Amino acid sequence: MIISFASGKGGTGKTIIATSYALWLSHKHNHPPIQFLDCDVEEPNAAIFLKPKINKTISVGIQIPVVDTKKCTYCGKCADICVYNAIAVIKNTKQVLIFEDLCHGCGGCTLLCPENALSEKSKEIGVLEIGNAGTIKFIHGELNIGEPMAPPLIKEIKQKAFGETVKRRNGETEEEAQRCKITGKQEEINKQTNNQLLFDQFTIIDVPPGTSCPVIEAVKGSDYTVLVTEPTPFGLNDLILAVDTLRVLNLRFGVVINRDGVGDKKTEDYCRKEHIPILMRIPLDREIAVAYSKGIPLLEVSSQYKTAFSKLHEEIVSNA
Amino acid sequence: MKQILVISGKGGTGKTVVAACLAVLANKSVIADCDVDAADLHLLLHPEIKQTEIFTGLPKAVIDQEKCTSCGECVEACKYNAILKNDESQFKIDTISCEGCAVCTHVCPVSAIFMTKHEAGQWFISETQFGTMVHAKLGIAEENSGMLVTTVRKEAQAIAQKNNLEYVIIDGPPGIGCPVIASLTGVDIALIVTEPTLSGIHDMTRVLKLANSLGIKATCVINKYDININNTEKISDLCHNTETPILGQIPYDESVIESIVAGVPLTMHIDNNTTAVLKQIWQQLKEY
Repeated sequence: MIISFASGKGGTGKTIIATSYALWLSHKHNHPPIQFLDCDVEEPNAAIFLKPKINKTISVGIQIPVVDTKKCTYCGKCADICVYNAIAVIKNTKQVLIFEDLCHGCGGCTLLCPENALSEKSKEIGVLEIGNAGTIKFIHGELNIGEPMAPPLIKEIKQKAFGETVKRRNGETEEEAQRCKITGKQEEINKQTNNQLLFDQFTIIDVPPGTSCPVIEAVKGSDYTVLVTEPTPFGLNDLILAVDTLRVLNLRFGVVINRDGVGDKKTEDYCRKEHIPILMRIPLDREIAVAYSKGIPLLEVSSQYKTAFSKLHEEIVSNA
Repeated sequence: MKQILVISGKGGTGKTVVAACLAVLANKSVIADCDVDAADLHLLLHPEIKQTEIFTGLPKAVIDQEKCTSCGECVEACKYNAILKNDESQFKIDTISCEGCAVCTHVCPVSAIFMTKHEAGQWFISETQFGTMVHAKLGIAEENSGMLVTTVRKEAQAIAQKNNLEYVIIDGPPGIGCPVIASLTGVDIALIVTEPTLSGIHDMTRVLKLANSLGIKATCVINKYDININNTEKISDLCHNTETPILGQIPYDESVIESIVAGVPLTMHIDNNTTAVLKQIWQQLKEY
C-alpha cells in the first residue's frame, strides 16, 4: 500500500506527520515491511526526523548530448528540433553550443542527427541516499543546487523502491485489473501477485509542496493521499488546489488538519461540502512547534499521539 | 528599478506575509507573485483583475488516430513513457507525462503526430491599493512553472519601467528547483525568510547556496526566532560565515495568523513589535 503525504501549501506539517506515522507503524508488533520515500528532493527534511543510517549513495543523472566534431557537418538539425533551446549551431565558426542546464534529456538530437555525430553522456542532477531507520527502509533524493529539474530524481527514487512493478501500476486501470481476474493469464497473475506484495508492504511518500510536475511525479500511483493543511485562508486556498490536482489524477485522499483551532472554520466547511474525510486533527501547541524545531517526531512529544496515529491508520486503511 | 525577491527554501516560513508588508511599506511598487502553483499573496492584497492572459506553455503531442498505424516507433523514442496503448489498442498521449519535446513527431513514419498548444494557466495584471500586481495561476497538473514565473517577472519589470517605479516586490516559491531559479535570476536582492527549526536551517542553507551561485546578494530574516533560541544562534553563525546580513528577527506572534484570517497585510492590521521589525527590514532593504 502506497500512502502519500502532500499539502499544496508548504510548512503545514507534512514531514513531521508522515515521519511520525511511519515511526508509529514501525513500533507495531508484527508490522508489515515499511519503506519511507522522501520525494521532496529540492528540500528533503524527513531524515531530520527519522535519522536514518545511510549505507548507499547513488548518483542520478540525465542523458545529455555530446558532439563528435569529426562527424558533425553543422547542418543545424539538432538545434532546429530542440524545443528547449538547449543547442545552438553556429555554421560560420563551426561551433555547436550545448546548454546543459536547459537540456531535458529527451534524446531527440541524438536520435535524429543525420550524421550520427551526437552521443549521450550522463550529467548528475542529484543523489539518492538509501538506508535504514530502525526497521524502516529509507530512501531520499537530494537535488544538486542549481539543477532545475526535480522529476527525474523523484522518478529514480520510485524506481529504486518499486522496480518494475510501479510502471505497471501507473498504467493500470480498474477494468484491466478486473479483466486479469477473468482471463487469468500467467503474466497477469504475476501482476496481481506483485500488486498484492506492494499492498502488503507500506510505502510512505513525503511529497514536495505545490501542485506542479514534481508533485505529480511523487503522488502518481499512490493508493491513498493524506493532505495536510492548516485552517487558515492560505491553507484552504492551497488545499483546494491540491484537491483539484488529485481529482485530475483520479486519486483517493483525505485531510489532516494541523494547528487545529487557529484561523477559521472555512476549511472544515469546505471538506464537509466536498465530502472529503477529515482523518485527524492536531491542535496548535507550542510544545509541538518546539519539538519540530529540534527534529523530534510527534510520538515523542506526548503519548496521546499513539492513539491519534492508530486512529489515522484505521482511517487510511478503511478509506483507501 | 530594484527587484526584491522574498524566498525561503522551506515552505510556510512566512514569505507571503513578509512580501505583503514590503508591498505596503514600499507604497506604490509593482508586486509580482511568482509562487504560481500555490499563490496566496492575493488573499492579502485583494487585486482587482484588469487584464487576463492565457499561458500556453510548451505544446504537447496529439496522435491523429486516422493516420496512426500503431507501429510503436513513437513509444520507443519517448523518454518520458508518455505514449500509452489504450483498451482499444490505440496509442494515446498521456498529456500529464508529455514534456513537449516533439521527438515523436519526428520519428513517426506516417506523420500522424502533431504538436498542439494548450492552455497551461493564466496570468493577470491587477490593481491593488499598493500598486499594480502581476500574478498567475498554473493549470491543474501542469508543468513549465519556471516559464510562467519568467512571464510574470517580465511583465512586472515592464510595468515598473513604464511607470518609472522604483521597486518590484516579488513573492517567490518554495524549494530550489526551476521556478525558484526563474524567480532568482537577475533580481537585485533576495530576502530569505527562515525559521529556527532544523528543517528551516537545512532548507535555507540550500537556497542561500543557490542565490550565491547565481551571484545574487542574499539577506535574511529569522521568523519566530524565539521558538528555539539555540537554532536562531546557529542561523546567525551561518549568516555571519557566509556574509549574509540578518535584517531582522521576528518574534512568534499570534497576530500574524489573525491578520491572515482578516485578509490584511500585518502592517495594516496592527502596530506592534513585529511590525516595527518589518519596517526596520524595509528601511535596510531600501539602503542596499
